[in-house]
Amino acid sequence: MKESYLRSGVLAAWTLLEREVVRFLRQRNRVIGALATPVIFWLMLGHGMGSSFRAEGQGGGDYLEYFFPGMILLVVLFTSIFSTISIIEDRREGFMQGVLASPAPEWAIVMGKVFGGTVLSVLQAGLLLCLAPLIGIRMGVQGSVLVLGAVAIVALGLTALGHALAWRSDSVQGYHAIMNVLLMPLWLLSGALFPADGAAGWVKWVMVLNPVHYGHAVLVHALYPGMDHVKVACGPLSVAVVFAFAALMLGLAILATRDRRPLES
Amino acid sequence: MSEISVDVEGVAHRFGAVVALDGVGFSVGARQMFALLGPNGGGKSTIFRLLATVLPLQEGRAVIGGFDVRSEARAARSILGVLFQHPSLDRKLTVEENLRHHGRLYGQSGASLGQRIGEVCEPLGLAERRGATVERLSGGWQRRAEIAKALVPRPRVLLLDEPTTGLDPAGRRDFWKHLESIRAQEGCTILVTTHLMEEAARCDQVVILDRGKVVATGAPAELVAGVGGNVVTVGTREPGRLIQAAREDLGAEGHRCGGGVRFDGGDGPALVKELSGRYPDIIESVTLAKPTLEDVFFAKTGHGLNE
Repeated sequence: MKESYLRSGVLAAWTLLEREVVRFLRQRNRVIGALATPVIFWLMLGHGMGSSFRAEGQGGGDYLEYFFPGMILLVVLFTSIFSTISIIEDRREGFMQGVLASPAPEWAIVMGKVFGGTVLSVLQAGLLLCLAPLIGIRMGVQGSVLVLGAVAIVALGLTALGHALAWRSDSVQGYHAIMNVLLMPLWLLSGALFPADGAAGWVKWVMVLNPVHYGHAVLVHALYPGMDHVKVACGPLSVAVVFAFAALMLGLAILATRDRRPLES
Repeated sequence: MSEISVDVEGVAHRFGAVVALDGVGFSVGARQMFALLGPNGGGKSTIFRLLATVLPLQEGRAVIGGFDVRSEARAARSILGVLFQHPSLDRKLTVEENLRHHGRLYGQSGASLGQRIGEVCEPLGLAERRGATVERLSGGWQRRAEIAKALVPRPRVLLLDEPTTGLDPAGRRDFWKHLESIRAQEGCTILVTTHLMEEAARCDQVVILDRGKVVATGAPAELVAGVGGNVVTVGTREPGRLIQAAREDLGAEGHRCGGGVRFDGGDGPALVKELSGRYPDIIESVTLAKPTLEDVFFAKTGHGLNE
């Protein structure tokens, strides 16, 4: 009984993951929306800041290099938002209604949705890594795997957060509001745009308490191993925070999903 | 007594201060075609959601195929096929992909799932449209694909919420024809909510709900026989005057209904003759008909079904 419960749960999660990826690939505008915006930000800010930006202790690199992990983080954030915002309409007039009435357990529904979003983030980050040589970052296979692993665990936490928020929203507009007042600031104050070291007192404190700050740090450590010209939180602490955040958010997402009601239209 | 497939007892439900269901109970026998008939807002959709286990039961008891929806929700879900009022197909995927995902949610996989998809598509005429993206199909075909999806896991009980919403009369007839053959082929119990009395009249048993309460239960023919006689409906610009005149002159008790006046029971043909002979100046039309479920509803509640 136990074994078949697990097997059917994993099968349900797998099928939802597959659906997530196939849907994404069939919607060109989503690929463009999630990928192009961050790249444009990166190029404009990177070149725009040019030599104006010199973080304390930043030796060789320019802003293009500094912002590279921040851009990847933005892709991850956008992907997690876009893949979870669909939950709202999906529960009102879509496929999710059938999922909710099926025997699939809540954890399987969350795993399918969240791992699906994570796979999309990793795929896109993989594409972006091809740009790394342009700014002089050379990575072997091992380095790339490390970076994508870091992306995966950060994406897991952010997508699970998006899932929990979307599940509690009853309108797309409401979710947009949360995105603007919560999710975007989490990214802005993650170290993606500027290091915590040079920030004003309160900003620095917010950054230290922001879990996404550690996600950024993990990406920096993975991208620039052994280079300490970009000051971020220490590696082991960051990895621990990122894992704990992902676990906590998955838990919250599963709790939220216990409400199996389709949304009223 | 034959086997009971769905058993609902003393179910009450509130949304905040609004009472949606107030002590509802009924039993559905195995392999029956069963209708929940009532006006919009009567409580049908709440019952549907409770039975589909997507809304937690607040008060009372509901058992589906022997499984209590409160304590054995997962087991109940595994034997239920659910057709929602709103489309639940993924529009970006093909019919086949939708059915495959749905089957896997119920633990089906591999070749046997593929075979089952073929089995449900064939009688619905979907065999050639398995590869079509849902958003490219017409409304009627999407609805058929929706039924096919609900059938993939071989449900013992099929729940349908206002399934013909948005279909034209031809599409509706088509839908019911398929529903009848599904019951014959799959041997499942079918429970359907509707606000259309013609649809309820096609079922073996019907429960009539109004304002969260059961107002009548039985086979459509029995319920209609209970009303008795004929129904005379009169179109008039002066319903008040007509009711009063008919009461005084003929001893017939009329009720306002829609824009006109209706008289239940009694000798219909004689009444038609009297009315049209006595008040030709205020009468625009007179209809004589056998009672329908709509008249049963009127007799029990004092108001029309879709007013």
